Amino acid sequence: MNMHYPAFRMPENTDTPPIAERCDSKLARVLASGEFAVTGEVGPPKGCTTEPVRTKARLLTDCVDAANVTDNQTAVVRMSSIAAGLIVLEEGIEPIIQMTCRDRNRLAMQSDLLGAYALGIKNLLCLSGDHQSGGNHPGAKNVHDIDSMQFLRMMKEMRDENIFQCGEEIKGGGPRFLLGGAANPFADPAQWRPYRLAKKALAGADFVQTQLVYDLPKFREYMKRVVDMGVAEQIKVIVGVGPLKSTGMAKYMRDRVPGMSVPDPLVERMDGAVAGIDKGKKADRSTAWRNEGIKICIEQIQEIRAIDGVAGVHIMGIEWEEAIRPIAEGAGLLPRPII
Amino acid sequence: MIVAEQKPLDEIKTMLEGCKKVLAVGCGTCVTVCFAGGRREVGILSASLRMSTDLDGEAIAVEETTVQRQCEEEYIAPLEADLEEYDAVLSLGCGVGVQSLARQFPGKRILPALNTKFMGFPSEHGVWEERCQGCGNCVLHITGGVCPVSRCPKQLFNGPCGGSQDGICEVDPGTECAWHTICTNQLELGLFEEMMKVQPAKDWSTSRDGGHRRIVREDIRLPEIEKA
Ligand code: SF4
Ligand code: SF4
Repeated sequence: MNMHYPAFRMPENTDTPPIAERCDSKLARVLASGEFAVTGEVGPPKGCTTEPVRTKARLLTDCVDAANVTDNQTAVVRMSSIAAGLIVLEEGIEPIIQMTCRDRNRLAMQSDLLGAYALGIKNLLCLSGDHQSGGNHPGAKNVHDIDSMQFLRMMKEMRDENIFQCGEEIKGGGPRFLLGGAANPFADPAQWRPYRLAKKALAGADFVQTQLVYDLPKFREYMKRVVDMGVAEQIKVIVGVGPLKSTGMAKYMRDRVPGMSVPDPLVERMDGAVAGIDKGKKADRSTAWRNEGIKICIEQIQEIRAIDGVAGVHIMGIEWEEAIRPIAEGAGLLPRPII
Repeated sequence: MIVAEQKPLDEIKTMLEGCKKVLAVGCGTCVTVCFAGGRREVGILSASLRMSTDLDGEAIAVEETTVQRQCEEEYIAPLEADLEEYDAVLSLGCGVGVQSLARQFPGKRILPALNTKFMGFPSEHGVWEERCQGCGNCVLHITGGVCPVSRCPKQLFNGPCGGSQDGICEVDPGTECAWHTICTNQLELGLFEEMMKVQPAKDWSTSRDGGHRRIVREDIRLPEIEKA
């Protein structure tokens, strides 16, 4: 589908203050300073004990500037991102709370986020949310009162204009979150994607985190358009990366995950990592794969860092959080700056 | 049109438990066109019920009729004449038809034989697709003639989500991504500015969220005297 998209130049930012003045989070300071940012991820447990959150958080200590705390990810019920975020905060790591439009209407969103801010949470990722049909309560009613763009706009107005979504004034000032969104450079319509990023910036996103990037040539093309449109000047692009764990995982991501691009040479490289290791030696194969996965991830971070317009990386362990430290270390991202 | 499909026979039989004589009422409009509740379907369902209940040893006498529109009083009023002889009325109308019968004949058991699904049209022979949720504030002029409320599972208003691939929706591999088509249409129609505008949060008060909806048209309303 090759529809022609008109030329677009990001309008100059006239109303939003510089990033460091919008929010006093550590992530905001790192991004404002121009340092290459590193974020990670903590998935809350399917239960109500704090220990799993603490254990996962500790794996990220001193490795990341902030960590996402997911919100009923893949539409599976888990401990609330706000509650888990506070536990992460207690562990000394700055949380980025994720919230989806699937589970809350504008009343619940605003009220929960007033509370989250009051309790010390400073970064927010505004998402549409995975559809509940793929989760563990497929019979649930979804909300989608507002979409992720409208969510960003609402939060920006709460912060910069001290008003609720309805226009009423927030006495004493609104919550000053650093606002993030998600971006998938590889989804379709491909031509639309840089425009969508521009729209997220216009809606109020200070930063975006991208879908896992394995296809660097395609990602470079995307970033070139983003930079040419003047979008990268107004929104910080944090690039999603993660270690592959096996050839099977690489193939699954290539073939089965909508909106994911994994080039064949990467799949072949994973395959090559276990060449000569007997199929029966499962542990040996797994170790070889994982070592290769970490190596690939480190190389990719180094290449991504050199791409114009990139502000940082979001390292996702994908149920393998132990890999994040060696990756950050290997990519020369440690120690993290103290700003 | 309103699109519906028949409930499973066993569910209908359970509803009819204890009945000796039943009137199956079809509707000659939407549900006829979507092959769910017209004269033909009334015939087939009635025959199946007769046979099946007979085999079970609890035979129900099922009689058949089909009116032009179940949702209008003038077409259903004549049913009243023989209604007393039936233990229940099995409506093959949409949910509106069922309720229209229930309102017309209070005290009579009116049972739904169909599940009413959506407002839509046939996209090919034998396939029906939803097209409108009656949100009460139509945006089709902005979205290039494609409804994001009924066709995008996430009801997005600002472009396709990150799961759109090859024109297919991430939620269901059998469904088009509505927003893929919206983008194409918007570009073709010169609506690029609308695409780039952050569309504001929708006012859902015109939708079911605003409470039970009714329309009052004073200009065509009958004066009180005539109503009496
Ligand atoms: S925008 Fe509203 S009224 Fe228009 S087609 Fe969609 S649901 Fe129906
Ligand atoms: S893939 Fe398209 S239709 Fe499906 S949820 Fe995303 S934007 Fe909506």
